[in-house]
Amino acid sequence: MKKLIGLMMLLAASLAFASSGVELDSPNIDLEDTASLKRGGELFATYCQGCHSAKHMRYSRIASDLGLSEEVVKKDLIVGPKTIHDSMTTAMDSKESAAWFLGIRPPDLSLIARSRGTDWLYSYLRSFYIDPSRPFGVNNTVYPDVAMPNVLWELQGHQKAVFRTEGGSKVFAGFEHEGSGRMTPGQFDRAMADLVNFLDYVGEPSKLQRIALGKYVILFLLLFVFVAYLLKKEYWKDIH
Amino acid sequence: MSKKVSRVSEWIFWRLPVDKVWKEHLSEYFAPKNFNFWYYFGSLALLILVIQLVTGVVLTMFYKPDAALAFDSVEYIMRDVNWGWLIRYMHSTGASAFFIVVYLHMFRGLLYGSFKKPRELVWIFGMLIYLCLMAESFMGYLLPWGQMSYWAAQVIISLFGAIPYFGEDLAQWIRGDYVISDATLNRFFAFHVIAVPLALIALIYLHVVALHKVGSNNPEGVEIKDNKDSDGVPVDGIPFHPYYTVKDILGVGVFLLVFSVILFYMPEMGGFFLERENFIPADTMTTPEHIVPVWYFTPFYAILRAVPYKVGGVLALGCAVLILFLLPWLDRSNIKSIRYRSKAFKYALSLFVISFIVLGYLGTQPATPVAVIFARIFTVIYFGFFLLMPFYTRNEKATGEIPEHLTCDPPLDEVIREKHWPDAKRKFLEYSVMKEVKTESGKVYKIPVLNFDALLTRVKERFSSTGNKSQK
Repeated sequence: MKKLIGLMMLLAASLAFASSGVELDSPNIDLEDTASLKRGGELFATYCQGCHSAKHMRYSRIASDLGLSEEVVKKDLIVGPKTIHDSMTTAMDSKESAAWFLGIRPPDLSLIARSRGTDWLYSYLRSFYIDPSRPFGVNNTVYPDVAMPNVLWELQGHQKAVFRTEGGSKVFAGFEHEGSGRMTPGQFDRAMADLVNFLDYVGEPSKLQRIALGKYVILFLLLFVFVAYLLKKEYWKDIH
Repeated sequence: MSKKVSRVSEWIFWRLPVDKVWKEHLSEYFAPKNFNFWYYFGSLALLILVIQLVTGVVLTMFYKPDAALAFDSVEYIMRDVNWGWLIRYMHSTGASAFFIVVYLHMFRGLLYGSFKKPRELVWIFGMLIYLCLMAESFMGYLLPWGQMSYWAAQVIISLFGAIPYFGEDLAQWIRGDYVISDATLNRFFAFHVIAVPLALIALIYLHVVALHKVGSNNPEGVEIKDNKDSDGVPVDGIPFHPYYTVKDILGVGVFLLVFSVILFYMPEMGGFFLERENFIPADTMTTPEHIVPVWYFTPFYAILRAVPYKVGGVLALGCAVLILFLLPWLDRSNIKSIRYRSKAFKYALSLFVISFIVLGYLGTQPATPVAVIFARIFTVIYFGFFLLMPFYTRNEKATGEIPEHLTCDPPLDEVIREKHWPDAKRKFLEYSVMKEVKTESGKVYKIPVLNFDALLTRVKERFSSTGNKSQK
């Protein structure tokens, strides 16, 4: 038995080493913070929707979930000639865009938070750095050689990646920020957290309802179990 | 009012044996009174089947089995259909819950020897249900048309190609194309929605009928039907209804509680119930980094990858599932319950459980050289459990005295007051006393023995005009 446990520990250790990659940061986000969601939605409309769609997301749904009026949604979130009943499509032609971005079509972002996770998105958006060898002059530590340019540079400014050599291989050591953006690093992190929060919401709008409903269902079931327990006890009291 | 109801029911029962079925399978189906925790999972599996059927029907109303529309139609259900997200999550969580419950149900069979004579057919039907369930979930998993749906199906179906001579043709026949495509999606939809569920229901019917013919096993491994009173009622049995129906309602409550916590707060279950990769639409040009089947297939997937040759791997995979069918004949011992089985069997069963869990874990991980070595070791243990079984169970000696009766400890008058027992049995107990019986190993059992003195007293009371009736 002891040998077996030892074997299992060895197994766990050997598999733990198998996974590697950049450490991801966690955004401090809250789905119920509608102000944050709205700010994120504005960022999405301004910086992302030029190329990316979120075709499963309807503006009317955003309005009702975030408690926004039609006018506010039209003014702040809708880009181009669209009504509140439309979904968040992009104006960019998909064939054209593939030609622009190294043959890769900008993906639909409806479910990006569910496929990549919020930590990944938050880290990815903050990890562009200057790399003249790339077609758009930038690279990304989280997604190396990504085909997307750093559209957020005017907010963030540029940053350089510092690498050190460790045992013959290049290891990422950190960013060196060049303060040329409109936002301070703190403001930029907050803005990216808002954007990720919005993408998380877009990934599963029913999450708000799901979590709100859950506690009532569980409360009911607790009561049900209590009654069922008493019923069982009553019926079984003579059987041992 | 009640007279009218009884006339209506009489009219029906004369034409349809509802009352007979009710009696045979519920109110007068006698189950051992000592079912424990492990005996909840049969009824829970039935509950999940109903959940899957009902939610499945609703999903079918909105889902589009078309490669161009399938993925979007699932998102449409999640967003635009009223309560669609709830129905979809119930169905996706239900699929995993089905396997959890069925695995525990099967393990119960291993623990208490429920597969042994006379229940071999119950086990075989159960295994056929398990095979159907695998087919059902595998084909259902393709329907959302996500990346993992697509590529897992691609990998699994290409396994048929490893069969010599006609393998490639077979795989192509199953897919209806050279790769997984719209044709595959359509036929999987047909199988998932109607063909396999029908087979599943038929098999569950046979599973229950076969069980009710021979009676339920129990944690002591006592055959309660060997011990009947004069009315043909097993002495150690209690009617399934109301005893086990009320008990199973409690089980249902606790299950739904756990089910709801998952459904409302972690429907992806950390990527085990809904995989991240599956939120990306199927892309025939991009292969995901790690193609992994859903968790309930991973032990078999690890076995597949443990064998270096593809044909061998497929063979091992098939055998790993099919060998379970032979269990009633591989086990040479007639001791049923784990409580009385030898140390050798207990160790073997523990190793088997560990190997199943470790293989399940390895199946979710990339096949690194180290992982493959471990997968090989545990594959050998997995098969060793079955193939060596005839040897380590032959001449097995019981640890302790195997009871022939279930103990009956309650005070007699309490038993007599019980309203739901059949009269004959109550009469028997009324004139019985509890007698302590000591076995060779020193265990003490209490069994009811007919008390002639009490019977005589009662007879005397009846016939003497002045006799006082007892206070009862």
